[in-house]
Amino acid sequence: MLKKLFMLIVAGFFLASCATTKTEEGGNVDAASTSSSSSSGGEITAGTQEDLIVNVGDRVFFEFDSSELTVDAQATLDAQAAWLMQYPDTNITVEGHADERGTREYNLALGDKRAFSVYSYLAQAGIDTNRMEYVSWGKERPEVIGSDETAYSQNRRGVTLVSN
Amino acid sequence: MIRKILVILFFSFSANAALDVTISQGKVEPTPIAITQIFGADSDTARYGNTLRQIINNNLTNSGLFYTVNEDLYIQSDNLVEKVPRFEDWKLIKAQFLLSADVSKTDKGIRLRMRLYDVFNGKEIEKLQLTIPDENLIRRVGHTVSDIVYERITGETGYFDTRIVYVSEIGPLDQRVKRLAIMDQDGHLDSHQFLTDGKNLVLTPRFAPNNQIITYMEYKNNLPRVYIYNLKTGEREIVGDFPGMTFAPRFSPDSQSVVMSFSDPDNAANSEIYLMDLNTRSRSRLTNDSGIDTSPSFSPNGEKIVFNSDRGGSPQLFVMDKNGDNIKRISKGRGVYGNPVWSPRGDLIAFTKLTQGNFHIGVMDTNGNNERVIVRDFSLESPAWSPNGRYLIFHRQKRSNLDGTGGEVTIHFIDITGYNEMVIPTPRDGSDPAWSPLL
Repeated sequence: MLKKLFMLIVAGFFLASCATTKTEEGGNVDAASTSSSSSSGGEITAGTQEDLIVNVGDRVFFEFDSSELTVDAQATLDAQAAWLMQYPDTNITVEGHADERGTREYNLALGDKRAFSVYSYLAQAGIDTNRMEYVSWGKERPEVIGSDETAYSQNRRGVTLVSN
Repeated sequence: MIRKILVILFFSFSANAALDVTISQGKVEPTPIAITQIFGADSDTARYGNTLRQIINNNLTNSGLFYTVNEDLYIQSDNLVEKVPRFEDWKLIKAQFLLSADVSKTDKGIRLRMRLYDVFNGKEIEKLQLTIPDENLIRRVGHTVSDIVYERITGETGYFDTRIVYVSEIGPLDQRVKRLAIMDQDGHLDSHQFLTDGKNLVLTPRFAPNNQIITYMEYKNNLPRVYIYNLKTGEREIVGDFPGMTFAPRFSPDSQSVVMSFSDPDNAANSEIYLMDLNTRSRSRLTNDSGIDTSPSFSPNGEKIVFNSDRGGSPQLFVMDKNGDNIKRISKGRGVYGNPVWSPRGDLIAFTKLTQGNFHIGVMDTNGNNERVIVRDFSLESPAWSPNGRYLIFHRQKRSNLDGTGGEVTIHFIDITGYNEMVIPTPRDGSDPAWSPLL
C-alpha cells in the first residue's frame, strides 16, 4: 500500500518535471494536480502550499554543481513572486537541496547557495525578506530515491514551502 | 605543553622496537603471536580471562600486523606468568611472540597480570600488573593490553583503547533518522551507545584531538548549526550561533578552537572558513573568495589548514596558513576532490575524489605529490584517521533504487597501504565516522 502510494507520488513528480522542463505552465498544472488530487481530492484553498504546487509550481531545478537560476527557474520564480504578492500574509521557507554525488559538506554549501539564489531572486522581485527564510539540506533529503541522473536531476532543487 | 604531549604520542618510537614497521614498505607480513589461555581460578575470573583473550586476539589480528597461531598447535599449556616458558615448544610452532596472563580477585578488585615474551630471543620483553575496581572496565583493560603489545612489538603508538563516534542511520532514504552514536574502536555491541535521540538531523561528528569532546552539526529547530558535546558531562552547546548556516567543524590541534564553514547571508550565503576560539568566542574569517570554501582540517602542528574549494571551477584541495595567507592548490589529479583530512602524523592528507563515476579514497603528501588511491567504489565518504596515523575509517554506501531499496551505508576500516579492509559492525547503518584520541 505504502509502496503504491510512493510510486504514485514519484510518477507525479516525473510528470511534473517533464512538464516544467518541456512545456509552458499549463502542462505543469495538469501534471502536478495528478499527484495532489491523489492525496487530498478536495478543493484547493487559495494561498496554501497546495495552491502553490498546483497553480504556480513550488520548485526550481539546478544544473549539476550549479546554483545559477535557469531561464525556466526564473519563470517559475516570477510566478511565485506574483503569487506571494497576491497573498501578502503568506510566509515561506526556501529549501536548497543537492544530489548525492558530492561530499556531505560541499553539498550543504551548495544547497545553501541554491536556496539563497531563490531567496534573493524573490527578494529582488519585491518580496519582503521578513516573509522569507531559507535553509540548506544538502543531500540529506532527496525528493527521489535512486542513484541515477533521473533521480539526481529531481534532487538538485530549490523548494518553496509555505511556513504559516 | 599539550602540543608536546601530542608530538610524543604520535612520533614516539620505542628505541628497542623489535620490528620497524613503516607504511612505505607496502604490505606487511603479519607477525605470528601465541596467546595462551588467560587463566582464572574461579568461574568469574575464567570468564574475564576469556573475554580479555578474545578482545586482545581480535584487536591484534584486525590490525593486520599480527596473526595468532592456532591454539590447537600449542604444546605447552601452562600459565606462563610466573613460570618461564619452554621457548623451544613455541619456536617449533613458529610463534615469534608469546603472551600469557592470569586474572584473580583481590580486595581491591580484579587483578590482571600479563607477560609478553620474545620467543626467538628467549626472553621476557614486557610485563604488566593492573587492578580494576569492577568488571565494567574489562573491555578497556583488553584494549590497553592490546596497545601495550602492539606498541612493544611494532614500535608504533597503539590505537585500541579508543572510541569511534559516528552517525547511526535508519529509515527511508528521503527521511532518514540520524543519531550520534559512540562505540569502542572495534564496534563491540557492549560498548555501543546513542548520544542523541534522533529528533534532529545530526551530521559530521569529530573528536577533539586531546579530550573527550566532539563537535558536530545539528538541525535544531531546522537551523543547521555547529555544536560541541562534552562526553564527560553530557553538556551540549552551540558554537556557530550566527544568522546563517555553520557546518563542517573540526577542532584545532590544541582542542581550544573550532575551524568551520560559515555561510553568511550578508555574503550571498557563500561558505567561507572561520576560526572560532572556544574560550573567548571570538571568530576570525580565514577565506574570502566567491567560491565555496569548506571541509577545513588543521595540520597537527597547527600551522596549516587544508580545505576544499571550488574557487577554480570544480572542487579541489587547497592548503593555507593558519591565518588564511598563502593559499595554494595541492590536488593535481583529474576529478572532483573533497573531504581532506590531515594525518595526525603530519605527513599525509587523506581525501575523497570523484572521477569516472566512482568515488576514491586516497592519501597524498601535504604538497599534493604522490597521490595514491586506497579504495574505490560507487560511493565512499568521510575518511578519518586512526590516532596513530596508520589506518583510515570511512563509510561506503550502496546504490539506491527508485523503489526505495538499497542505499545501505556501512563503516569500514583500512590500512593506508590499501590492505586489510574490514567492516566495523554497527547495530544500524552508519556514516561519518571519526576516531577519538587514546583514552
